Amino acid sequence: MRCRKCTAKAVIGLPRHNAAFCKACFNGFVHDQVARAIKTERMFGRADRVLVAVSGGKDSLALWDILLKLGYHADALYVDLGIPGYSAKSREKVERFADTVAKPCDATLLIHTVQEKEGAGIRELADLINRPTCSACGTIKRYQFNRAAVEQDYDVMATGHNLDDEAARLLGNVLHWQDEYLNKQSPSLPASVEGFAKKVKPLYRLTERELAAYSVLNRIDYIVEECPMAKGSKLLLYKEVLNRLETESPGTKQRFYWGFLEKQAKAQPVPTSMAEKDQATLHPCATCGQPTTAEICSYCKMMARAKAGAPH
Amino acid sequence: MIGAMQVQLSHPERRVEIKGPKRVRELLRDLNLVAEAHLVIRGDDLVTEDEMLQDGDQVEVRPVISGGSGFSGSSRLSGSTKQTRQTR
Repeated sequence: MRCRKCTAKAVIGLPRHNAAFCKACFNGFVHDQVARAIKTERMFGRADRVLVAVSGGKDSLALWDILLKLGYHADALYVDLGIPGYSAKSREKVERFADTVAKPCDATLLIHTVQEKEGAGIRELADLINRPTCSACGTIKRYQFNRAAVEQDYDVMATGHNLDDEAARLLGNVLHWQDEYLNKQSPSLPASVEGFAKKVKPLYRLTERELAAYSVLNRIDYIVEECPMAKGSKLLLYKEVLNRLETESPGTKQRFYWGFLEKQAKAQPVPTSMAEKDQATLHPCATCGQPTTAEICSYCKMMARAKAGAPH
Repeated sequence: MIGAMQVQLSHPERRVEIKGPKRVRELLRDLNLVAEAHLVIRGDDLVTEDEMLQDGDQVEVRPVISGGSGFSGSSRLSGSTKQTRQTR
């Protein structure tokens, strides 16, 4: 297989683009896709401070790497969830990347440890409140990243969600007709109310396989093993199904998700309607001040329940 | 004498020996693995699906799929645990 651009020996084939690339041209392709996402979705500009949510996985570390290489001012936050046998390894990957790649670019790594902040790790917290670990993890990460971005005056928070993540989530929402969530699937969500950071997904044009390839080719040392808490997750099942379709019919995932975004853009000006809706329904949490629809936000409720259920 | 190719697999982690020569796409098909969900790495190098693997090659078939928390969340409304649960 030969590179479509320079005819050198290819290192990766991309059936959805009917193309193959050598390492240099593939890096160019990946950087172009991210630059295009940032520009077309008006995610952020050169002067903005970006906070990248990093986990030690391929997507978030690749995102941090790409933003730094594109010349953006991008710091990162890692939330240590205290998952036995997993968090220590993922944290080590993040810290190594920060030291070797980010630091020379004057970028900073922030670390929040759930155990230190709340007195227990994610597994204990999930058990105490009788919720699935992944669900508690999602609530904690959303809360910690948003709060850090707002309190430390970042202009925007960027996550490593890729095309597979978004297509799988869309499939889940459509299968269960959760249409009220569809307008939250935009790759750029505005800071609609005081206390909400703007949130963007600059990798939505790239697949997991492409991001894993980018990480391998650029010697980004990421955690390959899956989080033990994710076993049996519905999201993984949806991804598996979509990848079977993709293999038989290349381009399925992008047609599904990008097609949805195009239709949504034609149907309604999403940022406006979302901002209006958020402004009408959200107010500060009585405990922590973060935006919520209830008197107390779900994070504070979760922590209150965990503290009440904890052995004294 | 050169032995068969050594193939490193994940989930669960294991090592198998497979007789070469064999193209990458045939290796994936024999292992019943979907190409879109895997990378094939020979030594330190990524290889494309048409590449021929030989006896003696050290090969890793690396899964690329991750995710569980749905951390992007269907909902940004932190007051509703019901909505967060439905992200699963």
